[in-house]
Amino acid sequence: MSGYFKELISGTKSLFIGLGITGKYFFEPVVTLQYPHEHLEMTPRYRGHIELIPNEETGEPKCIACGMCQKGCPSGCIEVKGEKREGVKGKVVTKYILNFTTCSLCGQCVESCKFGALRFSKEYNLASPRKEDFIFDLIEKLKEKS
Amino acid sequence: MPEWLRVILFIIFVLSFAGLNAAYLVWCERKGAGHIQRRIGPKEVGPFGLLQPLADGAKLMSKQLFLPKGVDPILFMVAPLMVMVPAIMSFCVIPFSETFVAREINLGLLMIFAFASVNVLGLLLGSWGSANKYALIAGARCVSQNVAYEIPMLITTITMVMVTNTMNLNEIVRSQAGWFIHWHIFRLDMSLLMPVSFLIFFVCSLAETNRAPFDMAEAESELIAGAYTEYPGMGFGVFFMGEYANIVIGCALTAILFLGGWQAPIPLNFGGFLGVLWGMSWFFLKLYALIFTVIWIRWTYPRTQFYELLNLSWKVLIPISLFNLILTALQIKIFPWL
Amino acid sequence: MNGTLQQDVNQETFTLNLGPQHPATHGVLRVKLVMDGEYIVEAEPVLGYIHRMHEKMGENRTWAKFLPNCGRMDYLSALSYNHGYVAAVERAAKIEVPERAEYIRVITVELNRISSHLLWFGAFVLDLGGFTPLLYAFDDREFILDLLESVTGSRLTYCYFRFGGVYNDIDDAFIAGTREFIKKQRKRMPMYDALVTKNIILIKRLKEIGPISKDMARRYGATGPVARGSGINYDVRKHEPYSVYPELDFDIPVYEEGDSMARYMVRMDEIEQSMRIIEQALDKLPEGEIKPKKAVKMVKPEKGDYYHAVEAARGSFGVRLVSDGKNQAYRLKLRSPTYSNLSLYGEATKGMLLPDALALMGSLDLVIPEIDR
Repeated sequence: MSGYFKELISGTKSLFIGLGITGKYFFEPVVTLQYPHEHLEMTPRYRGHIELIPNEETGEPKCIACGMCQKGCPSGCIEVKGEKREGVKGKVVTKYILNFTTCSLCGQCVESCKFGALRFSKEYNLASPRKEDFIFDLIEKLKEKS
Repeated sequence: MPEWLRVILFIIFVLSFAGLNAAYLVWCERKGAGHIQRRIGPKEVGPFGLLQPLADGAKLMSKQLFLPKGVDPILFMVAPLMVMVPAIMSFCVIPFSETFVAREINLGLLMIFAFASVNVLGLLLGSWGSANKYALIAGARCVSQNVAYEIPMLITTITMVMVTNTMNLNEIVRSQAGWFIHWHIFRLDMSLLMPVSFLIFFVCSLAETNRAPFDMAEAESELIAGAYTEYPGMGFGVFFMGEYANIVIGCALTAILFLGGWQAPIPLNFGGFLGVLWGMSWFFLKLYALIFTVIWIRWTYPRTQFYELLNLSWKVLIPISLFNLILTALQIKIFPWL
Repeated sequence: MNGTLQQDVNQETFTLNLGPQHPATHGVLRVKLVMDGEYIVEAEPVLGYIHRMHEKMGENRTWAKFLPNCGRMDYLSALSYNHGYVAAVERAAKIEVPERAEYIRVITVELNRISSHLLWFGAFVLDLGGFTPLLYAFDDREFILDLLESVTGSRLTYCYFRFGGVYNDIDDAFIAGTREFIKKQRKRMPMYDALVTKNIILIKRLKEIGPISKDMARRYGATGPVARGSGINYDVRKHEPYSVYPELDFDIPVYEEGDSMARYMVRMDEIEQSMRIIEQALDKLPEGEIKPKKAVKMVKPEKGDYYHAVEAARGSFGVRLVSDGKNQAYRLKLRSPTYSNLSLYGEATKGMLLPDALALMGSLDLVIPEIDR
């Protein structure tokens, strides 16, 4: 019988303590970020989709189309083509397509690049109802940027 | 005022009140939940999201009233109304202020309880007519819950009727005139366990209106949406309005029985139109404070298990309210001058 | 649901399909319930709705190319899965891991474990009908996700560990942030305790509900908090030590009761233990390289059969590799903890009420993609 009353009293007390906690939080400032109106700065190591790094002097991509990233990609979402040109050491990249629909952002392409020609972008506002919008032409993107 | 005009005015007032009240209680609920959970809640539609309920209402109304395969069409359509209509009928006797009441019936309290029992019938028919197993489970739960909680609620009400000697709601409020210590919740001289009665009554009205933590009829993490699982568009909307109207009735009764209804906490009264406003503002203040507590409770606790809910009623609330009844009777008998 | 309720009047039970779309199953798990009123006569989990053949994928791509898959099985404690696979391949190919990399692994894995437990805590209370603790837990978890994002680059499906090391080194900002997080979290735990753990409604819903006996847990091979809640003192970190765990001092919370409350308490205590591990690891963190001196290029383990288990947030995650000496696995078997933990569900729920059975399911901490793999 005493257990009954003990439980009744401690139980009621626990309920009021719970109300006290949520009541306190009711008056505390909100912690959420109002997304479309405010934006978060991505951390330096944030992995967005990859992008080509331009050569600082010429503005052309550093990539020499060696194809290591294409080989190292687990999902096979990179397609690189290059051609030999007069007066240029190595090959010149002519086509760099990233199929972002299958990319899993593992970063193995960036790691496998020995020429420092790839990096992660900080883009994250990517949304589209069309699949084709996620097949990125990275050379085109680089040109748009510069 | 002629009687027929009074009736028409009442109908207009109550229907618009019930509709707007449901819409804006949803807004309050979402805002309250938001701030308790440290986020904002609706804010995009209109200033502070104030037009959100209208947008939601428009969306619900524009949805197709779809009859799923296998439902009982008559029961399925009638059930939401059976929740909504009794709730609106109950407004008939609620005194919003001394003179602002549709009908001062001597058995007002009894009438509200009579109508409140129809509510559960609506839920049961709706869940049966939905031909859905989840809904059926919810319906069965609902009935036993309502049966269990009506008992302590009525016993507490009998206690209150004993101390006030009337079932007329306006009379009950009038008997609490004066300073706020005359409100029934503070009248320990009438019954030593008055605050406990208040708690019991409030908990029972939570359970009767199927509100969290007793929301067995909905129980969204167990029974999808319980009795409302199959309801589309406005069928669900009417259920919803009925639910909120019931919350208002429950809280209004609590305010009238224990917190002095339209009485101000200080003995200050006005005549005429100002008096109506004065009384109404105090009544609504108490009413919405109680409703806020209901919302606050919902966003604090987990749901009770079903048999614990029944245990609470049969093992805790009923014995205590019976004890309270006997104690009050003795107190009235032994100290009749109080 | 087949729509109508008109059934044979002599039939006293009915079948209820819980899922594949149901709020309490946290994903596409289907449980076929034979019910007598609200009592469960028989429960049979039906799996396979999100099967993606991860094991087969591991057998037809190179060792390194399987890495991103690891983060996509148990998406709530992805780093443990990274760790399990990487450690298994390292054992097979005999790759040495620098000490600093091991410490970084432990720190990030334990952070991930806390974030997983916090999310479980919120989702579990949500299963029981309380919404608010979920968002408080998310608030705390956000802090961990920000920290992990700053080193790994992603927020949920990490692919951070590499054979022989880790992808990035941690910096001072991360260390300071982690210490600050632990300080903040220690202050936060009493709030959870008062709001949820001590709440009478929650106690009534969990105490003595869904008992799993020691014997039952053993028979089904349950591991992790489910086994520890049933009084089995087994934790891979202690009993088959790997990485730098032997150098760190921490306790294994074990509860004898075997009910849902015990499993709940194990996880809540583990949050504190993980914080202890992180603090010690941060103190002991050595300077040095995070990748082996000789860069790992082509991984080609010798012919053989290898096994390595780690303690993931949900139990023991084991990787069995069979190598035929080529640059990809001959056979890759992943032993996921929740698969075993779920298999006892049918036996444990016999004769239980529906809401209790759902409380039990929540206390098992299911992540469906990990069960189906």
